[in-house]
Amino acid sequence: MNAAVAVRDLTKRYGDLTAVDHVSFDVAAGEIFGFLGPNGAGKSTTIKMLCTLAEPSDGTATVAGYDVRQEQGAVRRNIGLVFQDPTLDQYLTADQNLRMHAELYGVPRAELKDRMTQVLEMVGLADRRSALVSTYSGGMRRRLEIARGMLHAPRVLFLDEPTVGLDPQTRSSIWSYINDLRKREDITIFLTTHYMDEAEYCDRIAIMDHGRIVVLDTPEALKAGVGEDRVQITTVDDDAAIAALQEQFGITGRFAEGQLTFSVPSGEQFVPRLFAELGVAIKSVSVSRPSLDDVFMAHTGTTIRDAETVGNRELMRMFGARRRL
Amino acid sequence: MTATVDVVEAIRVKRPTGSFRHDLRAVRVVWQREMIRFTRDRLRIITSLIQPVLFLFVLGTGLSTITTGSTHNVNLRTFMYPGALAMAVLFTAMFSAASIVWDREFGFLREMLVAPVSRWSIVLGKCLGGATTASLQGVIILALAGVVGVPYSLSMMVTVFGELLLLAFTLTAFGVMTAARITQFQAFMALNQMLLMPLFFLSGALFPLGNLPGWLQVLTRIDPLTYAVDPVRRTIFAHLHASPAMMARLNPGVTWGSYRVSTALELLIVAAMGIAMLGVGIWSFKSAD
Repeated sequence: MNAAVAVRDLTKRYGDLTAVDHVSFDVAAGEIFGFLGPNGAGKSTTIKMLCTLAEPSDGTATVAGYDVRQEQGAVRRNIGLVFQDPTLDQYLTADQNLRMHAELYGVPRAELKDRMTQVLEMVGLADRRSALVSTYSGGMRRRLEIARGMLHAPRVLFLDEPTVGLDPQTRSSIWSYINDLRKREDITIFLTTHYMDEAEYCDRIAIMDHGRIVVLDTPEALKAGVGEDRVQITTVDDDAAIAALQEQFGITGRFAEGQLTFSVPSGEQFVPRLFAELGVAIKSVSVSRPSLDDVFMAHTGTTIRDAETVGNRELMRMFGARRRL
Repeated sequence: MTATVDVVEAIRVKRPTGSFRHDLRAVRVVWQREMIRFTRDRLRIITSLIQPVLFLFVLGTGLSTITTGSTHNVNLRTFMYPGALAMAVLFTAMFSAASIVWDREFGFLREMLVAPVSRWSIVLGKCLGGATTASLQGVIILALAGVVGVPYSLSMMVTVFGELLLLAFTLTAFGVMTAARITQFQAFMALNQMLLMPLFFLSGALFPLGNLPGWLQVLTRIDPLTYAVDPVRRTIFAHLHASPAMMARLNPGVTWGSYRVSTALELLIVAAMGIAMLGVGIWSFKSAD
């Protein structure tokens, strides 16, 4: 029982669509573990199975040492959940929402008052605790949901896209709360995101695409593994430029986000040569150090934004296939 | 934005193992939530009173101008009073059940369904909440007794309240059972509109069920609401002073052929239906993962 989450060959099929395809991984206790991937990659479906909200088609998983199929009640008592979509009662106050949650999760009454104050302070909402949730901003609601997810002192906190739809400033404040949380409580945090920059906060990242984990490592190791700088150019004739790249430099370029994109060991030194020798007029050029975007691209052959446009279509299909709860 | 974290020892919360007592806590808190929302929503309290008051005072008073000769000393409003009580309960109970559909649309249902409690506790809490709010609504109409010539007798009030509570529970159970299947608010409301009026008209709330033509006789006996309105009327008429002939006309009770169905059996029918529908509701939510 050393791993907080242990997953073996977990699979979920909706009709002929395989949303999650034989996924295996372990999350150590105390870790911030991130699932990164475009919409429709299978992140949310995996989380749902781990939270006992969806029955796995195949494979096994344990959360906090309990089997997600055999011991649903024990799993639910030991996890906190923050969904993508809000699940607060807007017509109740923050306090009433927390109290409701505490009763549903059986938090002992003697400890409840202190614990409520503690989680509210943790997310900076203690002074607004008596206000109706309908008066809260989007960021405050998300913080309240995180506080509520923590109220019953779960061993594993699942955050499904905790910052989606929030402005950048609120996003970074949510992240500082998540970081605080990990330092204060003995907890494992399991989250999904499709923001590359947010994945940097995680101890380890699993990149998911088309229902599979394509790679799993620390952000640093992932970036080091890619190594090369990314160069993106626009030219007057991209087809000619692709051919010239191959011919002059032996580099295979591809189109991503509407730009001709390729990787070279040292971008700054390569650019002058590029201008001199390509033979096709260049309109713009940008060089970037390896980021998780490049990691994603190296492993999936596409950028996450391009994958989203395909992924969204798959998501639509999935929504057609299931429509309950 | 990034605060320096002074390490605070987190309060260790003991995680209880699942138990019956824990489920009962869940029943209570779901019930409490209904009460909080009910008391907060004054507009809803008033709007659900409009219909029964309209029927009682406008329709009742208006129609009494043509019926005075035949009802002697019993006012038509007095006769329709049990119907108005049933109506107040009917609309509030349905509205409570509709809040399940509402909760689903706004996500809160999920917060309840992922909690480590038995599904029956959520559904039961919801039904009890709906039953309580609906019978409180009935109490407001009950307070108008004097205005329609019904004496304020404590024993009568208590009995009627109990009967309304039972009716409200069964109606909420019906609504919850339906809400488990119908996931869209509009569809749910449309179904209610389609069902409520026929149920109400056929229940004997507006006319005595004594000398009806055969087809209407049959329809009124099929209507479950009939078995909830009649006990209320019997309780109230027991406290009125009217000639035996008038009693027989206005309070004939429900008959199956020549058998006059007893109050106990009527209440049993309502209770049995409520429990059966509660069961189906729980089962529906259990299988809706």
